Amino acid sequence: MIEVMFFGQLTDATGVSSVMVEEVGNTDMLIQMMKQRYPALESSTYMIAINNAMVTENSIVTPGSKVAFMPPFSGG
Amino acid sequence: MAGQQKLKQAKVLVIGAGGLGCPIMQYLVAAGVGHIGIADNDKVSLSNLHRQVIFGTEDIGLYKVDVVKQKMFSLNSDVNIRTWNERWTQEHCMQHFPDYDVVVDATDNFASRYLINDASVLLGKPLVFGAVSQFDGQVAVFNQLQANGSRSVNYRDLFPLPPANGEVLNCSEGGVLGVLPGTIGTMQATEVIKLITGLGKTLSNRLWNYNALTQEVFIMQLVSNPISHQHIPSSEEQFMAADYEWMCAVPQRGITEIDVLDWQQNFLDHLFVDIREPHELPRLDALCSSLGLEWMEIPLSSLENNLGCLTDRNVVFVCQAGMRSLMAADMLMKASPDSAVFSLKGGVRMLAEKKLI
Repeated sequence: MIEVMFFGQLTDATGVSSVMVEEVGNTDMLIQMMKQRYPALESSTYMIAINNAMVTENSIVTPGSKVAFMPPFSGG
Repeated sequence: MAGQQKLKQAKVLVIGAGGLGCPIMQYLVAAGVGHIGIADNDKVSLSNLHRQVIFGTEDIGLYKVDVVKQKMFSLNSDVNIRTWNERWTQEHCMQHFPDYDVVVDATDNFASRYLINDASVLLGKPLVFGAVSQFDGQVAVFNQLQANGSRSVNYRDLFPLPPANGEVLNCSEGGVLGVLPGTIGTMQATEVIKLITGLGKTLSNRLWNYNALTQEVFIMQLVSNPISHQHIPSSEEQFMAADYEWMCAVPQRGITEIDVLDWQQNFLDHLFVDIREPHELPRLDALCSSLGLEWMEIPLSSLENNLGCLTDRNVVFVCQAGMRSLMAADMLMKASPDSAVFSLKGGVRMLAEKKLI
Protein backbone atom coordinates (compact mmCIF):
# COMPACT_ATOMS: atom_id res chain seq x y z
CA MET A 1 0.00 0.00 0.00
CA ILE A 2 0.93 3.63 -0.40
CA GLU A 3 -0.12 6.43 1.93
CA VAL A 4 -1.08 9.63 0.13
CA MET A 5 -1.18 12.80 2.25
CA PHE A 6 -2.88 16.08 1.36
CA PHE A 7 -2.04 19.42 2.97
CA GLY A 8 -3.65 22.84 3.34
CA GLN A 9 -6.50 23.71 1.01
CA LEU A 10 -6.04 20.44 -0.94
CA THR A 11 -8.06 18.79 1.82
CA ASP A 12 -11.02 20.93 0.63
CA ALA A 13 -10.58 19.33 -2.79
CA THR A 14 -10.25 15.78 -1.49
CA GLY A 15 -12.27 15.82 1.73
CA VAL A 16 -9.54 13.73 3.43
CA SER A 17 -6.06 14.49 4.77
CA SER A 18 -4.68 11.06 3.89
CA VAL A 19 -5.72 7.95 2.03
CA MET A 20 -4.23 4.48 1.54
CA VAL A 21 -4.08 3.30 -2.07
CA GLU A 22 -2.96 0.19 -3.93
CA GLU A 23 0.52 0.21 -5.36
CA VAL A 24 1.15 2.36 -8.42
CA GLY A 25 4.34 2.46 -10.45
CA ASN A 26 5.21 6.12 -10.39
CA THR A 27 4.11 9.59 -9.38
CA ASP A 28 2.49 10.41 -12.75
CA MET A 29 0.26 7.34 -12.39
CA LEU A 30 -0.52 8.24 -8.79
CA ILE A 31 -1.45 11.82 -9.75
CA GLN A 32 -3.73 10.48 -12.48
CA MET A 33 -5.38 8.11 -10.02
CA MET A 34 -5.90 10.90 -7.47
CA LYS A 35 -7.40 13.25 -10.09
CA GLN A 36 -9.89 10.57 -11.07
CA ARG A 37 -10.83 10.01 -7.46
CA TYR A 38 -10.88 13.72 -6.52
CA PRO A 39 -11.68 15.71 -9.68
CA ALA A 40 -11.23 19.07 -7.93
CA LEU A 41 -7.47 18.28 -7.85
CA GLU A 42 -7.45 18.87 -11.62
CA SER A 43 -7.43 22.64 -11.10
CA SER A 44 -5.08 22.64 -8.07
CA THR A 45 -1.39 23.49 -7.76
CA TYR A 46 0.86 21.27 -5.63
CA MET A 47 4.32 19.78 -5.39
CA ILE A 48 5.06 16.13 -4.65
CA ALA A 49 7.33 14.55 -2.05
CA ILE A 50 8.07 10.84 -1.65
CA ASN A 51 9.05 9.86 1.89
CA ASN A 52 9.63 13.55 2.76
CA ALA A 53 11.86 14.23 -0.25
CA MET A 54 10.58 16.59 -2.94
CA VAL A 55 10.60 15.27 -6.52
CA THR A 56 10.55 17.47 -9.63
CA GLU A 57 9.78 14.86 -12.26
CA ASN A 58 8.01 11.54 -12.66
CA SER A 59 9.50 9.23 -10.01
CA ILE A 60 9.15 5.59 -8.96
CA VAL A 61 6.86 5.03 -5.97
CA THR A 62 7.94 1.92 -4.08
CA PRO A 63 5.43 -0.04 -1.97
CA GLY A 64 5.11 1.31 1.56
CA SER A 65 6.01 4.86 0.49
CA LYS A 66 4.34 7.98 1.84
CA VAL A 67 3.57 10.50 -0.88
CA ALA A 68 2.74 14.11 0.03
CA PHE A 69 0.76 16.57 -2.10
CA MET A 70 1.79 20.03 -0.86
CA PRO A 71 0.07 23.19 -2.15
CA PRO A 72 1.35 26.77 -1.91
CA PHE A 73 -0.12 28.98 0.85
CA SER A 74 -0.48 32.71 0.40
CA GLY A 75 -1.89 33.88 3.71
CA GLY A 76 -0.15 35.98 6.32
CA MET B 1 31.88 37.85 17.69
CA ALA B 2 29.36 36.92 20.36
CA GLY B 3 25.79 36.20 19.25
CA GLN B 4 24.34 39.24 21.00
CA GLN B 5 26.82 41.52 19.26
CA LYS B 6 25.92 39.97 15.88
CA LEU B 7 22.24 40.61 16.56
CA LYS B 8 22.93 44.22 17.48
CA GLN B 9 24.77 44.82 14.21
CA ALA B 10 22.28 42.88 12.06
CA LYS B 11 19.97 44.54 9.56
CA VAL B 12 16.69 42.73 8.91
CA LEU B 13 13.95 43.77 6.47
CA VAL B 14 10.44 42.52 7.31
CA ILE B 15 7.86 42.92 4.53
CA GLY B 16 4.33 42.75 5.91
CA ALA B 17 3.17 43.98 9.34
CA GLY B 18 0.17 41.69 9.70
CA GLY B 19 -0.38 38.30 11.32
CA LEU B 20 3.16 37.10 10.57
CA GLY B 21 4.98 40.44 10.75
CA CYS B 22 3.79 41.35 14.25
CA PRO B 23 5.27 38.38 16.15
CA ILE B 24 8.40 38.51 13.95
CA MET B 25 8.97 42.15 14.92
CA GLN B 26 8.30 41.55 18.60
CA TYR B 27 10.80 38.71 18.90
CA LEU B 28 13.48 40.33 16.73
CA VAL B 29 13.33 43.57 18.70
CA ALA B 30 13.22 41.74 22.04
CA ALA B 31 16.22 39.65 20.95
CA GLY B 32 18.20 42.84 20.32
CA VAL B 33 18.34 42.99 16.51
CA GLY B 34 19.79 46.47 15.96
CA HIS B 35 18.34 47.60 12.63
CA ILE B 36 14.93 46.65 11.29
CA GLY B 37 13.02 47.82 8.25
CA ILE B 38 9.26 47.19 8.17
CA ALA B 39 6.93 47.72 5.21
CA ASP B 40 3.13 47.51 4.95
CA ASN B 41 0.62 49.79 3.23
CA ASP B 42 -2.34 48.68 5.37
CA LYS B 43 -4.05 50.44 8.23
CA VAL B 44 -5.25 48.60 11.33
CA SER B 45 -8.86 47.39 11.08
CA LEU B 46 -11.16 45.65 13.54
CA SER B 47 -11.00 42.37 11.58
CA ASN B 48 -7.21 42.24 12.15
CA LEU B 49 -7.30 42.19 15.93
CA HIS B 50 -8.00 38.47 16.48
CA ARG B 51 -4.70 37.48 14.88
CA GLN B 52 -2.54 40.62 14.89
CA VAL B 53 -2.36 40.88 18.64
CA ILE B 54 0.13 43.74 18.77
CA PHE B 55 -2.72 46.09 17.78
CA GLY B 56 -5.56 47.36 20.01
CA THR B 57 -8.91 48.97 19.28
CA GLU B 58 -7.33 52.40 19.80
CA ASP B 59 -5.04 51.73 16.80
CA ILE B 60 -7.85 51.22 14.27
CA GLY B 61 -7.36 53.49 11.27
CA LEU B 62 -3.63 54.07 11.91
CA TYR B 63 -0.89 52.78 9.61
CA LYS B 64 0.28 49.40 10.91
CA VAL B 65 3.95 50.30 10.52
CA ASP B 66 3.51 53.46 12.63
CA VAL B 67 1.87 51.52 15.46
CA VAL B 68 4.50 48.76 15.26
CA LYS B 69 7.34 51.28 15.37
CA GLN B 70 5.96 53.02 18.44
CA LYS B 71 5.35 49.74 20.29
CA MET B 72 8.81 48.43 19.39
CA PHE B 73 10.45 51.55 20.80
CA SER B 74 8.71 50.96 24.10
CA LEU B 75 10.09 47.40 24.05
CA ASN B 76 13.66 48.45 23.19
CA SER B 77 14.50 52.11 22.69
CA ASP B 78 17.92 51.25 21.18
CA VAL B 79 16.46 49.65 18.06
CA ASN B 80 16.78 51.51 14.79
CA ILE B 81 13.53 51.15 12.82
CA ARG B 82 12.80 52.35 9.31
CA THR B 83 9.21 52.15 8.04
CA TRP B 84 7.48 52.21 4.65
CA ASN B 85 3.69 52.67 4.63
CA GLU B 86 3.61 51.79 0.92
CA ARG B 87 2.99 48.64 -1.05
CA TRP B 88 6.37 46.98 -1.66
CA THR B 89 7.43 47.16 -5.34
CA GLN B 90 10.33 46.26 -7.62
CA GLU B 91 11.79 49.74 -7.04
CA HIS B 92 11.77 49.19 -3.29
CA CYS B 93 13.59 45.85 -3.74
CA MET B 94 16.33 47.30 -5.94
CA GLN B 95 16.81 50.33 -3.72
CA HIS B 96 16.62 48.81 -0.25
CA PHE B 97 17.51 45.08 -0.34
CA PRO B 98 21.25 45.90 -0.54
CA ASP B 99 20.99 47.66 2.86
CA TYR B 100 19.86 44.51 4.69
CA ASP B 101 21.45 41.17 5.69
CA VAL B 102 18.22 39.14 5.82
CA VAL B 103 14.82 39.62 4.16
CA VAL B 104 11.64 38.23 5.75
CA ASP B 105 8.52 37.50 3.69
CA ALA B 106 5.54 38.19 5.97
CA THR B 107 3.16 39.19 3.17
CA ASP B 108 -0.28 37.79 2.42
CA ASN B 109 -0.43 37.49 -1.38
CA PHE B 110 1.34 35.68 -4.21
CA ALA B 111 2.27 38.81 -6.17
CA SER B 112 4.39 40.03 -3.23
CA ARG B 113 5.77 36.56 -2.50
CA TYR B 114 7.06 35.98 -6.06
CA LEU B 115 8.35 39.57 -6.24
CA ILE B 116 10.32 39.21 -3.00
CA ASN B 117 11.61 35.75 -3.92
CA ASP B 118 12.89 36.85 -7.33
CA ALA B 119 14.54 39.96 -5.89
CA SER B 120 16.26 37.88 -3.20
CA VAL B 121 17.70 35.56 -5.86
CA LEU B 122 18.74 38.47 -8.10
CA LEU B 123 20.35 40.43 -5.27
CA GLY B 124 21.72 37.46 -3.30
CA LYS B 125 19.82 37.88 -0.04
CA PRO B 126 18.77 35.07 2.32
CA LEU B 127 14.97 35.02 2.58
CA VAL B 128 12.96 33.71 5.53
CA PHE B 129 9.63 32.60 4.10
CA GLY B 130 6.43 32.00 6.06
CA ALA B 131 2.82 31.54 4.94
CA VAL B 132 -0.45 30.27 6.34
CA SER B 133 -3.57 28.60 5.02
CA GLN B 134 -6.67 27.94 7.15
CA PHE B 135 -5.10 25.52 9.64
CA ASP B 136 -1.63 24.95 8.10
CA GLY B 137 1.55 26.97 7.98
CA GLN B 138 4.83 26.74 6.08
CA VAL B 139 8.31 28.08 6.93
CA ALA B 140 11.55 27.84 4.92
CA VAL B 141 14.86 29.63 4.48
CA PHE B 142 15.48 30.34 0.81
CA ASN B 143 18.59 31.43 -1.01
CA GLN B 144 20.99 31.00 1.91
CA LEU B 145 24.69 31.02 0.99
CA GLN B 146 25.98 27.47 1.49
CA ALA B 147 29.44 26.16 2.33
CA ASN B 148 30.12 25.26 -1.33
CA GLY B 149 29.36 28.83 -2.42
CA SER B 150 25.98 28.06 -4.02
CA ARG B 151 22.61 29.25 -2.75
CA SER B 152 19.92 27.06 -1.19
CA VAL B 153 16.68 26.51 -3.11
CA ASN B 154 14.11 29.29 -3.48
CA TYR B 155 10.31 29.50 -3.78
CA ARG B 156 10.39 29.05 -7.59
CA ASP B 157 12.00 25.62 -7.08
CA LEU B 158 8.90 24.56 -5.15
CA PHE B 159 6.28 26.36 -7.22
CA PRO B 160 7.79 27.69 -10.48
CA LEU B 161 4.64 29.66 -11.33
CA PRO B 162 1.91 31.17 -9.16
CA PRO B 163 -1.33 29.18 -8.94
CA ALA B 164 -4.36 30.35 -10.89
CA ASN B 165 -6.09 32.93 -8.84
CA GLY B 166 -9.20 31.96 -6.98
CA GLU B 167 -7.58 28.58 -6.41
CA VAL B 168 -5.88 29.52 -3.16
CA LEU B 169 -7.82 31.33 -0.47
CA ASN B 170 -6.26 34.19 1.42
CA CYS B 171 -6.92 34.72 5.13
CA SER B 172 -9.92 36.96 4.70
CA GLU B 173 -11.46 34.47 2.25
CA GLY B 174 -10.76 31.17 3.95
CA GLY B 175 -10.47 32.44 7.48
CA VAL B 176 -7.47 31.52 9.57
CA LEU B 177 -7.15 30.26 13.12
CA GLY B 178 -6.04 33.47 14.89
CA VAL B 179 -3.13 31.90 16.76
CA LEU B 180 -1.67 30.20 13.66
CA PRO B 181 0.17 33.23 12.16
CA GLY B 182 1.57 33.78 15.66
CA THR B 183 3.03 30.26 15.59
CA ILE B 184 4.41 30.63 12.08
CA GLY B 185 5.77 34.17 12.61
CA THR B 186 7.55 32.99 15.76
CA MET B 187 9.18 30.18 13.74
CA GLN B 188 10.29 32.75 11.15
CA ALA B 189 11.85 34.91 13.89
CA THR B 190 13.67 31.79 15.13
CA GLU B 191 15.15 31.23 11.66
CA VAL B 192 16.22 34.89 11.37
CA ILE B 193 18.07 34.68 14.69
CA LYS B 194 19.77 31.42 13.61
CA LEU B 195 20.83 32.98 10.30
CA ILE B 196 22.35 36.00 12.06
CA THR B 197 24.09 34.16 14.88
CA GLY B 198 25.04 31.00 13.00
CA LEU B 199 23.39 28.90 15.71
CA GLY B 200 21.98 25.49 14.83
CA LYS B 201 20.75 24.34 11.43
CA THR B 202 18.35 26.57 9.50
CA LEU B 203 15.41 25.44 7.36
CA SER B 204 17.57 25.91 4.30
CA ASN B 205 16.63 23.30 1.62
CA ARG B 206 13.77 22.18 3.87
CA LEU B 207 10.09 23.11 4.05
CA TRP B 208 8.58 22.98 7.54
CA ASN B 209 4.84 22.39 7.47
CA TYR B 210 2.72 22.62 10.59
CA ASN B 211 -0.92 21.66 11.07
CA ALA B 212 -2.67 23.34 14.01
CA LEU B 213 -5.55 20.84 14.08
CA THR B 214 -3.33 17.79 14.59
CA GLN B 215 -0.17 19.53 15.92
CA GLU B 216 1.68 17.46 13.34
CA VAL B 217 4.87 18.75 11.76
CA PHE B 218 5.94 17.53 8.34
CA ILE B 219 9.41 18.45 7.10
CA MET B 220 10.19 18.07 3.42
CA GLN B 221 13.68 17.97 1.91
CA LEU B 222 13.79 20.38 -1.02
CA VAL B 223 15.78 20.11 -4.24
CA SER B 224 16.39 22.63 -6.97
CA ASN B 225 13.97 22.42 -9.86
CA PRO B 226 15.52 22.52 -13.33
CA ILE B 227 12.74 24.73 -14.67
CA SER B 228 12.74 27.34 -11.89
CA HIS B 229 15.52 29.41 -13.47
CA GLN B 230 13.48 29.96 -16.61
CA HIS B 231 11.03 31.98 -14.56
CA ILE B 232 13.37 34.12 -12.44
CA PRO B 233 14.47 37.41 -14.00
CA SER B 234 18.22 37.22 -14.59
CA SER B 235 18.91 40.95 -14.74
CA GLU B 236 17.68 44.15 -13.13
CA GLU B 237 16.10 45.16 -16.46
CA GLN B 238 14.11 41.92 -16.71
CA PHE B 239 13.08 42.16 -13.07
CA MET B 240 11.88 45.75 -13.41
CA ALA B 241 9.91 44.83 -16.55
CA ALA B 242 8.07 41.89 -14.94
CA ASP B 243 4.43 42.50 -13.98
CA TYR B 244 3.87 40.63 -10.72
CA GLU B 245 0.36 41.94 -10.14
CA TRP B 246 -0.69 40.70 -13.56
CA MET B 247 1.09 37.37 -13.19
CA CYS B 248 -0.93 36.67 -10.04
CA ALA B 249 -4.15 38.41 -11.08
CA VAL B 250 -7.70 37.15 -10.74
CA PRO B 251 -9.01 35.99 -14.10
CA GLN B 252 -12.62 37.12 -14.42
CA ARG B 253 -13.76 34.42 -16.88
CA GLY B 254 -17.02 36.22 -17.59
CA ILE B 255 -18.91 34.92 -14.57
CA THR B 256 -21.70 37.15 -13.38
CA GLU B 257 -21.50 38.19 -9.76
CA ILE B 258 -24.73 39.40 -8.22
CA ASP B 259 -25.02 41.38 -5.00
CA VAL B 260 -27.34 40.47 -2.16
CA LEU B 261 -30.02 43.03 -3.05
CA ASP B 262 -30.10 41.91 -6.68
CA TRP B 263 -30.32 38.31 -5.54
CA GLN B 264 -33.28 39.04 -3.22
CA GLN B 265 -35.13 40.90 -5.95
CA ASN B 266 -34.41 38.84 -9.06
CA PHE B 267 -32.83 35.46 -8.34
CA LEU B 268 -34.89 33.72 -5.65
CA ASP B 269 -36.37 31.41 -8.31
CA HIS B 270 -32.84 30.10 -9.10
CA LEU B 271 -31.47 27.00 -7.43
CA PHE B 272 -29.29 28.23 -4.53
CA VAL B 273 -26.18 26.05 -3.99
CA ASP B 274 -24.01 26.39 -0.87
CA ILE B 275 -20.58 24.98 -1.81
CA ARG B 276 -18.93 25.47 1.59
CA GLU B 277 -17.55 22.52 3.55
CA PRO B 278 -19.88 21.13 6.29
CA HIS B 279 -17.78 22.65 9.10
CA GLU B 280 -18.22 26.23 7.86
CA LEU B 281 -20.71 28.31 9.83
CA PRO B 282 -23.29 29.78 9.91
CA ARG B 283 -25.36 27.28 7.92
CA LEU B 284 -28.12 28.61 5.71
CA ASP B 285 -31.05 26.25 6.50
CA ALA B 286 -33.11 28.84 8.38
CA LEU B 287 -32.66 31.55 5.76
CA CYS B 288 -33.44 29.24 2.84
CA SER B 289 -36.59 27.81 4.39
CA SER B 290 -37.85 31.25 5.46
CA LEU B 291 -37.42 32.46 1.88
CA GLY B 292 -38.92 29.24 0.50
CA LEU B 293 -35.87 28.69 -1.68
CA GLU B 294 -34.96 25.58 -3.57
CA TRP B 295 -31.44 25.00 -2.29
CA MET B 296 -28.69 22.39 -1.97
CA GLU B 297 -25.44 21.91 -0.07
CA ILE B 298 -22.65 20.52 -2.28
CA PRO B 299 -19.13 21.06 -0.86
CA LEU B 300 -16.69 22.26 -3.52
CA SER B 301 -14.66 19.08 -2.93
CA SER B 302 -17.50 16.96 -4.33
CA LEU B 303 -18.99 19.43 -6.79
CA GLU B 304 -17.34 17.92 -9.84
CA ASN B 305 -19.00 14.56 -9.16
CA ASN B 306 -22.37 16.21 -8.65
CA LEU B 307 -22.43 18.56 -11.63
CA GLY B 308 -24.92 16.22 -13.30
CA CYS B 309 -27.76 17.31 -11.01
CA LEU B 310 -27.11 20.96 -11.90
CA THR B 311 -27.01 20.53 -15.68
CA ASP B 312 -29.35 22.94 -17.50
CA ARG B 313 -30.41 24.50 -14.20
CA ASN B 314 -30.27 28.19 -13.33
CA VAL B 315 -27.98 28.35 -10.33
CA VAL B 316 -26.67 30.89 -7.82
CA PHE B 317 -23.56 29.62 -6.00
CA VAL B 318 -22.66 30.86 -2.53
CA CYS B 319 -19.57 30.34 -0.36
CA GLN B 320 -18.10 32.11 2.68
CA ALA B 321 -16.70 35.21 0.95
CA GLY B 322 -17.58 34.92 -2.73
CA MET B 323 -14.28 33.54 -4.07
CA ARG B 324 -14.82 29.78 -4.18
CA SER B 325 -18.34 30.35 -5.57
CA LEU B 326 -16.62 31.88 -8.62
CA MET B 327 -14.65 28.64 -9.05
CA ALA B 328 -17.86 26.62 -8.69
CA ALA B 329 -19.60 28.81 -11.27
CA ASP B 330 -16.67 28.32 -13.61
CA MET B 331 -16.85 24.53 -13.22
CA LEU B 332 -20.59 24.44 -13.95
CA MET B 333 -20.32 26.80 -16.92
CA LYS B 334 -17.69 24.54 -18.51
CA ALA B 335 -19.78 21.41 -17.89
CA SER B 336 -23.14 22.91 -18.79
CA PRO B 337 -22.77 25.91 -21.11
CA ASP B 338 -26.55 26.41 -21.34
CA SER B 339 -27.02 26.94 -17.61
CA ALA B 340 -27.51 30.45 -16.28
CA VAL B 341 -24.83 30.55 -13.57
CA PHE B 342 -24.23 33.23 -10.96
CA SER B 343 -21.99 33.78 -7.95
CA LEU B 344 -23.24 35.64 -4.86
CA LYS B 345 -20.81 38.50 -4.30
CA GLY B 346 -19.38 38.63 -0.78
CA GLY B 347 -20.97 35.28 0.05
CA VAL B 348 -22.32 34.34 3.46
CA ARG B 349 -20.30 37.14 5.02
CA MET B 350 -22.30 39.66 3.01
CA LEU B 351 -25.60 37.95 3.94
CA ALA B 352 -24.61 38.43 7.58
CA GLU B 353 -23.60 42.03 7.00
CA LYS B 354 -27.03 42.72 5.48
CA LYS B 355 -28.58 41.12 8.60
CA LEU B 356 -30.24 38.32 6.62
CA ILE B 357 -28.71 35.66 8.90
